Amino acid sequence: MTSNTTLLRWGLYGILILFALFYLLPLFVMLTTSLKSLEEIRTGSLLALPRAITFQPWLEAWSTACAGTQCEGLRPFFWNSVLMAVPAVMISTVVGALNGYVFAQWRFPGANLFFAAILFGCFIPFQVVLMPMARMLGLMGLAGTIPGLIFVHVIYGIGFTTLFFRNYYVTIPQELVRAAKVDGAGFFRIFWSIFLPISLPIITVSVIWQFTQIWNDFLFGVSFSGPGSQPVTVALNNIVNSTTGVKAYNVDMAAAIIAALPTLLVYVVAGKYFIRGLTAGSVKG
Amino acid sequence: MPILEIDHLQKSYGETHILHDINISIDEGDFLVLVGPSGCGKSTLLNCIAGLEPITGGTIRIGGRDVTGVSPKDRDIAMVFQSYALYPTMSVARNITFGMQVRGVDKATQDRKLAEVSRQLQIEQLLQRKPGQLSGGQRQRVAMGRALVRDPKLFLFDEPLSNLDAKLRVSMRTEIKKLHQDLNASIVYVTHDQIEAMTLATKIVVMKGGVIQQIGSPAEIYNRPANMFVADFMGSPAMNLIPARVRAEDGQTRIEIDRDGDAPLVITDPVSRNLPAEIVLGVRPEDIHEATGNAHLPGTAQDAGGDVMIEIVEPAGADTFAVTHLGGKPVTARLRAETEVRPRQKFPLAFDLSKVSYFSPQDGQRLN
Ligand SMILES: Nc1ncnc2c1ncn2[C@@H]1O[C@H](COP(=O)(O)OP(=O)(O)OP(=O)(O)O)[C@@H](O)[C@H]1O
Ligand SMILES: [Mg+2]
Repeated sequence: MTSNTTLLRWGLYGILILFALFYLLPLFVMLTTSLKSLEEIRTGSLLALPRAITFQPWLEAWSTACAGTQCEGLRPFFWNSVLMAVPAVMISTVVGALNGYVFAQWRFPGANLFFAAILFGCFIPFQVVLMPMARMLGLMGLAGTIPGLIFVHVIYGIGFTTLFFRNYYVTIPQELVRAAKVDGAGFFRIFWSIFLPISLPIITVSVIWQFTQIWNDFLFGVSFSGPGSQPVTVALNNIVNSTTGVKAYNVDMAAAIIAALPTLLVYVVAGKYFIRGLTAGSVKG
Repeated sequence: MPILEIDHLQKSYGETHILHDINISIDEGDFLVLVGPSGCGKSTLLNCIAGLEPITGGTIRIGGRDVTGVSPKDRDIAMVFQSYALYPTMSVARNITFGMQVRGVDKATQDRKLAEVSRQLQIEQLLQRKPGQLSGGQRQRVAMGRALVRDPKLFLFDEPLSNLDAKLRVSMRTEIKKLHQDLNASIVYVTHDQIEAMTLATKIVVMKGGVIQQIGSPAEIYNRPANMFVADFMGSPAMNLIPARVRAEDGQTRIEIDRDGDAPLVITDPVSRNLPAEIVLGVRPEDIHEATGNAHLPGTAQDAGGDVMIEIVEPAGADTFAVTHLGGKPVTARLRAETEVRPRQKFPLAFDLSKVSYFSPQDGQRLN
């Protein structure tokens, strides 16, 4: 009986480890390749560890690799992405929190219809909005700029963030708001003093979700950016595609890792809260 | 001047009418208890008074001022909620002072009032804790404290004791009563527990289906229920409601009650009453005694009764409850604990008719 369950357990671990290895393999290849010289890549095996570690590809990827005609590496585009993602994440999270607060606690006539419409917004495929959005950005004078990209990502993210916050706040008893109203607090005071302090888990969820979406986005980035406002994903694509002559796999790999690093970092730092925020909701006491 | 006047209040959600033509008036220092079965609209009425629910018709005046369209914070009220609704991330002290802070009361006054109220409620040692670290009874006190610091014209309580265990409920009940007396506060208190209603109230409103059934002092409600619903709802065990026939004879009222396997029981009410032929007799269990032949209890008009078959005997410490069947209904008598009464045996019971209620079997309204 017991030996049977331990056997099962080890079997389970074995399978899990196998899957983990399978998932980690590409990362392993990327990392090792990025630390090899081109010479070694040509002659050695794909899975072999680097014989002589070199950071040259990383430096190149960061500051000298050519994306199209511009040969400044990923650096300027990386900052474009930061300038785009940070405000877009913040704005869409704040707006989503306020929306969710209203939908959950301040029911108004037609609220259900509104909420359904916002939910529907989550399911509109990116491709559908490309043309109208391009026209909108043009009319607003934001075409090809970072504020334009921020605008697009905020609009597109609000559906999700509203959903997150509404579902979180809906578990908070109405009597709490009523008590605060009797205490004299208004709409924003109640939000600020009562709802915001209990929102850390769901703010984390919203931030991680939005950051990952926005940082990793390619389609909006390639469609709505200008020469000076391209995000890192677009630049990565250009670097990989525009190498003339020999393909610098090591530089490509280093660039890809650099581009993915921020989202990885966010998960490592806040992933624990992410899971907790997704499963939590009710506030006891 | 009444502290609270509710005039022809109506409340509906869309097509659903929840409250029908509510008229209530209470004076300063009154302890009004709204009581009724679940879903009858007690909380809705309280929320209307607080301004948390808009009303569909009528007016509400607090302290003589029409507050019908006024927001909750400007009504000069304080409210204790059923779930206590303590702010989860704030300390007990912050919970209590939050309202004053929002209103811009200066820090010194806040501290003074906090100290005063926490002493009164004996929660001084809890002030730095979060609500999650308190027991049910302690949370209840904090919720009370939050209301008390307001010093409002009117306190509103929505079933504040319903989440406590039986023992704590009784002791908190006493404390609330004491608080009411000490502060001479005006209170509207919602409960569906009729014992709470009887012990706390100076005035009771019995509701059913959004309609007021009766308004009166606890004694009035208990002794002279306006209809069979009130008679049945208030009191534990409930008032016996026995279908009976009436004959007038020699200026007296003879009441005939069907008895299982025996001739009808005839009892005599010495007062001549103008009653219809069919009535429902309402007698409290404590007004049914053991008939001791010459037993004319002090202060009673007359004992009248006969032998009945006892079905169940329930000793309850101080009293013994004996259940029989009369007029096709179970009838409970509250007897002294030492009474020699056995199930499935005949036992002589006598009815004290001085406090009897007569109801119409058609509409359930009181007849005497
Ligand atoms: N927002 C609403 N929309 C429609 N009907 C409602 C709404 N809120 C309450 N009701 C209905 O109004 C009636 C009265 O509800 P209320 O909460 O006042 O009852 P209550 O007497 O306080 O009951 P309880 O003792 O269970 O607390 C119920 O039938 C309820 O279904
Ligand atoms: Mg209620």
